[in-house]
Amino acid sequence: MVKPVIVEELVKKYRMKRGEVKALNGISFSVEKGEVFGIIGPDGAGKTSLFRILNTLLLADQGRATVNGYDTVGEYKKIRQCIGYMPGRFSLYQDLSVRENLEFFAAIFNADIQENYLLIKDIYTQIEPFRDRRAGQLSGGMKQKLALCCALIHQPEILFLDEPTTGVDAVSRKEFWEMLHRLKERGITILVSTSYMDEAGLCDRVALLQKGNILSIDTPEGIRGRFGKAVWAVRASEMFRLLNELKGDPSVESCYPFGQYHHVVLKAPLAGETDLRGIMDRERYAEAEVRPISPTIEDCFMALMKE
Amino acid sequence: MRTLKFLLEKEFLQILRDPAIWRILFVMPIVQLLILPLAADYEIKNINLSVVDHDHSAYSTRLVNKITASGYFRMTDYSAGYSGSLRAIERDRADLVLEIPPQFEKTLIKENGATLFIGVNAINGVKAGLGGAYIQRIVRDYNQDVRAQWIQYPRLDPLPIIDMRYSDWYNPHMNYRYFMVPGILVMLVTMIGTSFASNNIVREIEMGTIEQINVSPIRKVHFILGKLFPFMLLALTVLTTGLVIARVVYGIVPVGHYSTIYVFASVYLLAVLGLGLLLSTYAQTQQQSMLVSSFVTMIFNLLSGLYTPIESMPGWAQVITRFNPVSYFIQVMRMVVLKGSGLSDIQPHILAVLGFAVFFNGWAILNYKKRTG
Repeated sequence: MVKPVIVEELVKKYRMKRGEVKALNGISFSVEKGEVFGIIGPDGAGKTSLFRILNTLLLADQGRATVNGYDTVGEYKKIRQCIGYMPGRFSLYQDLSVRENLEFFAAIFNADIQENYLLIKDIYTQIEPFRDRRAGQLSGGMKQKLALCCALIHQPEILFLDEPTTGVDAVSRKEFWEMLHRLKERGITILVSTSYMDEAGLCDRVALLQKGNILSIDTPEGIRGRFGKAVWAVRASEMFRLLNELKGDPSVESCYPFGQYHHVVLKAPLAGETDLRGIMDRERYAEAEVRPISPTIEDCFMALMKE
Repeated sequence: MRTLKFLLEKEFLQILRDPAIWRILFVMPIVQLLILPLAADYEIKNINLSVVDHDHSAYSTRLVNKITASGYFRMTDYSAGYSGSLRAIERDRADLVLEIPPQFEKTLIKENGATLFIGVNAINGVKAGLGGAYIQRIVRDYNQDVRAQWIQYPRLDPLPIIDMRYSDWYNPHMNYRYFMVPGILVMLVTMIGTSFASNNIVREIEMGTIEQINVSPIRKVHFILGKLFPFMLLALTVLTTGLVIARVVYGIVPVGHYSTIYVFASVYLLAVLGLGLLLSTYAQTQQQSMLVSSFVTMIFNLLSGLYTPIESMPGWAQVITRFNPVSYFIQVMRMVVLKGSGLSDIQPHILAVLGFAVFFNGWAILNYKKRTG
């Protein structure tokens, strides 16, 4: 069986006034049928360029990619029939109502709303009370739901979601991921990009993308498992002084702020809580707190970026 | 075909929801057609005249009276010397100086001829040219009057006078509104058509909606046609508003048939909207497309023969006008409205504009890319 997405040595360069910028630096990966594949990376990592190439909107400079077995250059027309795309920027008609948008996108994909209603039912019922409201007047979360409905209305086999949760509140984000998992159960392959590391754990497999290079591809557990060292969360009364102190300490490999804590990785594999306590006592930090934690995807990402 | 229908439906929904659309459709043509033809008068009137009369004779008074009685001139200054009237020109109180030399009457009678000085303020070229021409004609008339008076009746050798009578065909009263109003209407339809069309695709780019359209299986031809027809209908509505105003306000009833105008206008709009869409496919923002389209329509309008007759343009400019769709429509409008031309008379015009339509739209379709490199 053909893998839904195969990417081989894809290169995309943008010519700027000052030289070239490589958005994609020869990346390769493939996506299995029915999985939620996350492309995780900070802004400017090349996520949108990759999505636009796979969606046949952009031509790559080198390498090739197939979607559902169709070549993105030669057979782009066939690809357009079987994919759903939700761009990062809200791209529905703001001056058309919820219903009109849905009807329009169904029509241009030659799809019938009634036939495919089952697929979008869960999502559409949430926005149905606002069906006569113009799309431009919906809240951020509602807009995302409508965009997802429009991307699904022609029953695509593969769904491309470019940063779907950017700018959406925490509750809506959670709801959105639940919707994705329900879609996955219906056998739709989902490619989703995000810059939120905490969402990586919700994917079946993730590719960590940084400056056009893939740092690692694995399941979230696999990526965390490969992180060989212990991570410590530390907290004290003077967080900023502590950050600089730890960064400067020769026994510390890396230290970065993470929510209310600083995450610290030590150089010596056997070093631990006592060493950190030692540093903090020496410098007389009040309310010092140190505890071991299992590495998050962000910890892995930080470590991979350093390599 | 089904896709096209939905595209059209969507465009109409969007257009009708735009609150500015009604103002553009009705207020713009009304304002433009009510103000422009009345204000942009071809006849120059109220030319300010400064007179320096060194003669103070019956003849010189008669000349000045004749000039002011013509209706074209308004005596705003009467100076004792040339320097005084020059100051009037400098202060912009006079456009034209007429200086009558001393002994004007005497020399005219005794020596059978006299001289006059006319000085024209040439800052406003049209006013200067026409003012000078008017005053020369009046002086010639005056000359003839004087001579006719001297002739003793009956006499064997009367002064031969060639008397000219002329009639203005197709516009017997030389009512300039009859050819200005249809022309201005063409200008208006062109402006609205191109700016609408050129803004539209760019708006989809700016709003990001083009992304969704581009990943869909919509064909380029359908997309462009879906944009073309709604705007054609809008522009025809503007044309209709304009024709109603022309009839009600100016009493302009075309000698030819309205249907001829609409048939030509439809073909013409295909060309003009195609041009707008073409500009749109090159622009990245609405600002760019707006600027370029108003620049292009301005040139088209100025070179259309609306203000300056094409025949009086230099040869190279006349060649340009042949590639200007606006000039064809203005010609056709005048032909149909004033002369009553039918479809067979404007056949060459239709063919030419059809050529433009194919050219611009073809280019627009080729240049609209659903993919970028």
